[in-house]
Amino acid sequence: MTAHLPPPRIAAAPHTRTVFTVPRTMLTVIAALTPATLLGLYQFGWPAIFLFAVTLAAAWLFEIACLWVAGKPLAMFARDGSALLSGWLVAMTLPPYAPWWVGVIGAGIAIVIGKHLFGGLGQNLFNPAMVARAMLVIALPVQMTTWVAPVGLLQGPDLWQGLAITFAGAIDYDVLASASTLSAVKSQLGAGAAMADIAPGLAGLQDRLLGHVAGSLGETGTVLLALGGLVLVALRIITLAIPLSLLGTLSALSALFWLIAPDRYPSPLLHLTSGSVMLCAFFIATDYVTSPVSAAGKMIYGAGIGALVFVIRSWGSFPEGVAFAVLLMNACTPLIETYVRPRVFGRTRSGKPLPLVSGTGPGGRR
Amino acid sequence: MIAAATSMTALGLGLGLLLGIAARRFHVETPPVVDEIEAVLPGTNCGACGFPGCRGLAEALAEGAAPVSACTPGGRDVALQLAGIVDAGGGASDLAIGAMAETEALVAFIFEDHCTGCGKCFKRCPTDAIVGAAKQIHTVVMDACIGCDACIEVCPTEAIVTRSKPRTLSNWYWDKPPAGFGQIPQARTGGAA
Amino acid sequence: MTLRSLATLLRPSQVFTLRGGVHPETRKHLTCDAEVVDMPVPPLLRVPLQQHSGAVAEPLVARDDLVLKGQLIGRARGAMSANIHAPTSGRVIAVGHYTAPHPSGLPVPTITIRADGEDRWGEHLPRLRPEIADPDEIAAQIERAGIVGLGGAAFPAAVKLNQRKKYPLDTLLLNGAECEPYLTCDDRLMRENAEELVDGAGIMARALGVERIIIAIESNKPEAIAALRRHRMALGVALSVAVVPSQYPMGSAKHLVLAVTGKEAPARARTAELGVLVYNVGTAHAVHLAVRYGEPLISRIITVSGGAIARPANVRVRIGTPVSDVIAFCGGIEGSADRVLLGGPMMGLPIQNLRVPVVKGTCGILALSPAETRPRDSMPCIRCGSCVQACPCGLTPFDLNARIQSGDLEGAVKIGLMDCIACGSCAYACPSSIPLVQGFDFAKGKLAERQSRKHQAEEAKRLAAARLAREAAIAEAKRAMMARRKAEMAARKQAEASDGAGLAAPAAAPRSPAPGAELQP
Repeated sequence: MTAHLPPPRIAAAPHTRTVFTVPRTMLTVIAALTPATLLGLYQFGWPAIFLFAVTLAAAWLFEIACLWVAGKPLAMFARDGSALLSGWLVAMTLPPYAPWWVGVIGAGIAIVIGKHLFGGLGQNLFNPAMVARAMLVIALPVQMTTWVAPVGLLQGPDLWQGLAITFAGAIDYDVLASASTLSAVKSQLGAGAAMADIAPGLAGLQDRLLGHVAGSLGETGTVLLALGGLVLVALRIITLAIPLSLLGTLSALSALFWLIAPDRYPSPLLHLTSGSVMLCAFFIATDYVTSPVSAAGKMIYGAGIGALVFVIRSWGSFPEGVAFAVLLMNACTPLIETYVRPRVFGRTRSGKPLPLVSGTGPGGRR
Repeated sequence: MIAAATSMTALGLGLGLLLGIAARRFHVETPPVVDEIEAVLPGTNCGACGFPGCRGLAEALAEGAAPVSACTPGGRDVALQLAGIVDAGGGASDLAIGAMAETEALVAFIFEDHCTGCGKCFKRCPTDAIVGAAKQIHTVVMDACIGCDACIEVCPTEAIVTRSKPRTLSNWYWDKPPAGFGQIPQARTGGAA
Repeated sequence: MTLRSLATLLRPSQVFTLRGGVHPETRKHLTCDAEVVDMPVPPLLRVPLQQHSGAVAEPLVARDDLVLKGQLIGRARGAMSANIHAPTSGRVIAVGHYTAPHPSGLPVPTITIRADGEDRWGEHLPRLRPEIADPDEIAAQIERAGIVGLGGAAFPAAVKLNQRKKYPLDTLLLNGAECEPYLTCDDRLMRENAEELVDGAGIMARALGVERIIIAIESNKPEAIAALRRHRMALGVALSVAVVPSQYPMGSAKHLVLAVTGKEAPARARTAELGVLVYNVGTAHAVHLAVRYGEPLISRIITVSGGAIARPANVRVRIGTPVSDVIAFCGGIEGSADRVLLGGPMMGLPIQNLRVPVVKGTCGILALSPAETRPRDSMPCIRCGSCVQACPCGLTPFDLNARIQSGDLEGAVKIGLMDCIACGSCAYACPSSIPLVQGFDFAKGKLAERQSRKHQAEEAKRLAAARLAREAAIAEAKRAMMARRKAEMAARKQAEASDGAGLAAPAAAPRSPAPGAELQP
């Protein structure tokens, strides 16, 4: 009968599982990011493409090196896609004309410091891409704040010029530099201008939505990012809790202050469509490892990030506050996870068994 | 400068003297800990630790002359409680407990072919876990046996051995899943010992 | 919670979804349209004396005894136990131990019967007329018939009926959810034997003294729902069908009560405290056979399915039929079976020795191919929260797992380990394939073991103290006897001395030995 086949294995229940594995989840997220990435690469041209490739390659190589040093099984981990995703997100937050070594350093910080020093997959406290971005912004302010206008692949620098920009640093800053929306708003508000005067000089709403605005490599395609995020929600990879609470809190706070003093505070729409808020809401804040696990915890976390983004943008010294907001809330995640737990079946929120409702059943007999 | 040096020295000496007087004057006698230790021990006076009964081990522990892992029938639970009381410090307790792996409960088992019914084991058992009349085969009641090995030492025909307590269907459970990664989870079924 | 109860007051037929849960592929199409087939009696049957939760039954037969079908061969021992009956006529060839249908492979006391092929009934149980019978009589009949919960837990049905004496009950809830994938035995029972089932439900309702019967069926069984909707009354008790969402684990008793009535049973309490008693539909059918026809529980319907079974089917088998015989009856194993399970794929018991018998709690035999079990290497936890979303009890399985792995079992209890129903939803949903339920079972078992060791240590202390006291008493009595003897000797010497001195009357009669001196050590 079954004499030649191995006997059935004894293993604990359950004896079947979902098709979603770690690599599959990572690849799905990458797939959702691809449209916005392609838009950014197209708009910023060859230098962006080279920078992107260098960052991804560096991320992967650093991952293999760390796995080898840590003695972990290479075959399993090198193919799980998590390093690729971290490198992708780091690349998305870099200025498109940054030199290649900025990408490499960023990838190195993200993978080595942000992930493996904490213990590898699933053990990091802070979001690796945001750690890298924060460190780069503080250490290399010039390279990280040099924005260029998106002119498109065909009108921009050609292949050789692109190589020169990325690898040889041949950037003519005076000619190419252009301010991003947030940095323009911040510097002009700081100089005393009123919002009503600044607004005409900024890119219009349509431009901001479709990516015709200066910014990081992958953050400009607002609509595409939102669509990618909604696809992830539909596939149940992420829930709507964090994006809703983050965007909702940001909108509410910015609306409040804009209504009070429209001259000194940008409108909520400006906040939502500029900078890396959309990327953060759907792809960065929803990172599994660094966000709380319960639904209520996620709402608190998202609201915290939204509030901090608004605070840093309005009163902090950086035009874009997303990286720091995320890092600050990451630090709160273990606290949130400890105290905000789902309610256990049959118990109250404080853990005691539910009180018995005396007597009456649905028929109300007794 | 000399004034500074002398004044500092005088200050130091004076304060040191004060501290010494206070240490002598206000010294608190610690309550007898031997009774506390004895309460934790099993109280069967089996002698497996090598000290005269549980009281003897309690006194040795209070002095620090015995490691917290000395009581083998008590097992890891007793050792952990003792470490809480004795508090040798310096990590000696942790080392001793770490060496005691979480072992299965051990019980004695009498091979009936070799038993002559002499009754020496019966006299030695501290919990009366052996049953059997004179000249009849004796057997061990596993629920009462604490695994102290006293009976094994006196049996003239070496009919008694230590075995891990056999698992039954009612107390079987899955093994701890392997920590980490890289293996298809599969359990050793751990059948009857 | 109170909102839900309010909702049921407004709309009594309101049904609620569960928090969490998973939706595995049901794969019921393999057998849901297969009519129940009666499997012929196998030549050899092994009937374990423990097929229920509680104490092992005591055997009433010995080797070489002849038994008839339905004969009582094992008597319930104690309050929490069940009777065992012979599934067919034949000769007892062994009363000993055999491998239990359990992953441990440990032995269980078993009676082995060689069938004589004639399948002759012995004496039936007395039949009752439930319309006029006393509730206690009905309960006694159910106990005599050895009926246990056929949903898998095998809790003695009669013992559960006793809840009527402790709590005020108003509803009998029949569990026709059958949420596990592959299993269709309850579905077929409801479709083919709806009337008998309803009658059995009515009998149980009379035994309990309740005025309402609800049969809960998952929405993926439309034919069963239709079949049971045709009945409005069962022996004078109002019957209704509640269609519950198809969700795993809808079949869990407490969750089913929540879904149907909106009331959540408090932790550590039974659903009876809410006034609802839950029984499997198969149990109700067995009650009908026992009360109307006097037939004890000797057979049941099981589903034989899986990618590695040649001809999946729903089969009515005798209790004690070896699993290998059932598989052979369904065409044998085709291809490689990664696992052979008793039960469903989410909570079923894997077995390796296929000659173990089918018992009262077996709902199905599954032979799953590797494509269905998807065995994967486990990866580290990525804290994705899928397990938290999946858990129907509101626990945080990843945190429990972390605490158990680091040895902090008490910490795991603090965050709800004992509230876990071991449904397997978390491990099903985990993208890293971490064996979560295995860890929980290990932790629960280890804690129980520590508890029993602590208890044993206290017992040992007590025994040692008793022994010391006994030895001290012996020594004391010996001392007393020696002292008395000494006094005796002294008195005798004195008497002799005074005797020799001058024929004086003896001062005192020689004393008899001290009374009660049976002091042999």
